[in-house]
Amino acid sequence: MSDLSFVRTEMLPEKEPPASTVGAIGWARENLFSGWFNSILTVVSLTVIYYVLSTLLTWAISPTWSATSLGECRDILAEVGREGHYAGACWGVIRDRWIQLLFGFYPSELYWRPILAFILLGVALAPVLFSDKVTPKLLWFSAVFPFLFPWLLWGGTIWAPLAVIAGFVIGWFVYKAVDASAGSLAGIIAAVVAAVVWWMFLSGYVVNGVPNPDDPNAVGGLNALLPIGIEAVESRNFGGFMLSITIGVVAIACSLPLGIVLALGRQSDLLIVKALCVGFIEFIRGVPLITLLFVASTLLNIFMPPGTNFDIILRVIIMATLFASAYMAEVIRGGLAALPKGQYEGADSLGLNYWQAQRLIIMPQALKISIPGIVSTFIGLFKDTTLVSIIGLLDPLGLSNSIRADAAWNGIVWEIYGFIALMFFVFCFAMSRYSMYLERKLHTGHR
Amino acid sequence: MKKTVFLGALTVAGLAAGAAAAGTLDDVKARGKLNCGVSTGLVGFAAPDANGEWNGFDVSVCRAVAAAVLGDPAAVEFVPTTGKTRFTALASGEVDMLARNTTWTFSRDVDLKFTFVGVNYYDGQGFMVPKELGVSSAKELDGSTVCIQTGTTTELNLADFFRSNNISYEPVPIETNAEAQQQYLAGACDVYTTDASGLAATRATFENPADHVVLPEIISKEPLGPLVRHGDDEWGDVVRWTLNALITAEELGITSANVKEMASAAGNNPEINRLLGTEGNLGEMLGLSADWAVAALSSGGNYGEIFEKNIGENTPIGLSRGLNAQWTEGGLIYSPPFR
Repeated sequence: MSDLSFVRTEMLPEKEPPASTVGAIGWARENLFSGWFNSILTVVSLTVIYYVLSTLLTWAISPTWSATSLGECRDILAEVGREGHYAGACWGVIRDRWIQLLFGFYPSELYWRPILAFILLGVALAPVLFSDKVTPKLLWFSAVFPFLFPWLLWGGTIWAPLAVIAGFVIGWFVYKAVDASAGSLAGIIAAVVAAVVWWMFLSGYVVNGVPNPDDPNAVGGLNALLPIGIEAVESRNFGGFMLSITIGVVAIACSLPLGIVLALGRQSDLLIVKALCVGFIEFIRGVPLITLLFVASTLLNIFMPPGTNFDIILRVIIMATLFASAYMAEVIRGGLAALPKGQYEGADSLGLNYWQAQRLIIMPQALKISIPGIVSTFIGLFKDTTLVSIIGLLDPLGLSNSIRADAAWNGIVWEIYGFIALMFFVFCFAMSRYSMYLERKLHTGHR
Repeated sequence: MKKTVFLGALTVAGLAAGAAAAGTLDDVKARGKLNCGVSTGLVGFAAPDANGEWNGFDVSVCRAVAAAVLGDPAAVEFVPTTGKTRFTALASGEVDMLARNTTWTFSRDVDLKFTFVGVNYYDGQGFMVPKELGVSSAKELDGSTVCIQTGTTTELNLADFFRSNNISYEPVPIETNAEAQQQYLAGACDVYTTDASGLAATRATFENPADHVVLPEIISKEPLGPLVRHGDDEWGDVVRWTLNALITAEELGITSANVKEMASAAGNNPEINRLLGTEGNLGEMLGLSADWAVAALSSGGNYGEIFEKNIGENTPIGLSRGLNAQWTEGGLIYSPPFR
């Protein structure tokens, strides 16, 4: 018997897969050319992409960074042999004006203040946004920051933000005092009244002293005793992205809690609360933001007594906040509606009262469901801040008009808009990615 | 929280304002700053430079008034206003005066209750067409497409002009001047129409300005001038006579270069002496210091200097004086006498 065998007795060594199914070629075959239809689509798409990119890049890559006027840009481009209306971008305008586009008319020696304010904003937001990675002790800073932020941006005496904090402290003590004798509802009402009286009537006297009719610029009160402060910057000097971010951040931060309250109010059984909330939401959602901005900028001016100095940026922030909070309320109501009834009943059966149930059971789930909608509203709000250019505030879009009004840069359009678009994209994309991170983090596997 | 800061501040501000309600002139002096409404940006007339300093033809009027009242041409808060917010800003007292290429019309003067204190630029609506169209008169524009800013008087003037000449056109509505430039260059419309000064500024930005012509027809009167609120005539006088001082100074040959020297001692010309305060008490009558006109003229020079510096023939905009020449040279710029 021979040891001839017709069956292989040992394994062949493993071979590499065929070159046409792995690597770049394999990927392309599988994803781009998997059939005649897809192949055609791929070729067409590549042609379009090539066409767009080749046009855009030849325009964008342009040696005009150091030019000081549009005419100089054209000279530079003509020197390298590029002629025509779209021969190349004129980036000199960005070099000349990018600081203005970022800070508006803020005094240049004080740029450190908005920069510091926005860095500290990141620090204050860290314990809120990344609660698992940052020590919760930073929350104390987050609580102080809402008072620090306007002080850094607007400047002025340190006593103004302290007076506002004092209002909260007064409210707290009044609440404690009344709560002990007359119950918690009376306590809350008394605390609010006490704080409002302090803010509206008393704090002005304490900080600035009794107004002197002969000399309105005289200082008194704490300002005269201990004049601690930094140089005040008027709202008119705010502009550019600083203005957009200021309006956006404050409106975002205020609209979320307001929206939650409105959403809860809309679901409430209390008739008046419900009617107020529904009326507010439907009214605000029923008018365009531009209308509200015009009310802020022109109508309020007429209603207020002449000479009253109602800060235009604060007017705009209030309007933007109200506008966003109405949308926010509806987004959160969507989250509330998505919760199964069992969650509410479960909370009741545990003996939790209304606020405990909301805080511990309902809101964490409803907010988690609403994250995409909430962030969409935030992004929309941030982009809506550009509407303020219509009422004469020089946000980036308003500034683009002012920059073009300089005889040196008149006629430049795409470069400025491109820069503004890029900046907005960076902020909005960051918000969007954060929301996706948050969704992944809060994903508890109920799907 | 921001609201509350603000409400506290508002109360204080309100109390202070209630105590200090007086004429605008006193307000400005007490404040130490002039609040002047300007355009958010119009080539040659108002624009901020890279350092945030405002410059331009209208801006110079603000600076002259600030210099006359406060002695300091830098003591101005420029409040950028849009076409929609400018009148409420003035009516509500947010600004003390408006120098924002605003056309003096009957309804704005009478119905909106403003006082136009004079005219610092006589403008009019014109047409620009590409040279290759071979058009030499606006009456040959039958059937053309016209780029026009919506919601302005230019739109109405255009309709009137074409109707009265019995020719047809197709409007292409646009929102801003920048958009108009793009549309016109892209060939979306045959004709661009706006104020002649705007056309000149737009044409100056083109790669080949010589390829475009501004047609000779001017189809509207657009006297542009600074304005103040009705009912405060003292303040209106201050602004009016500051503007007149700039105009008279050009007529009398007073420039920013020689004003200091001429004001140092009374000369032979009594009107110069009265204007510069070396004779008479015109400043006192206005409630200003005697050298108010000297300060105003030192800020940016006389009317002619301001014109040449911002929109004149040596600037990219390159406007000739035309209607805006002194009356002695065949223009309309004319100031009542200082006596």
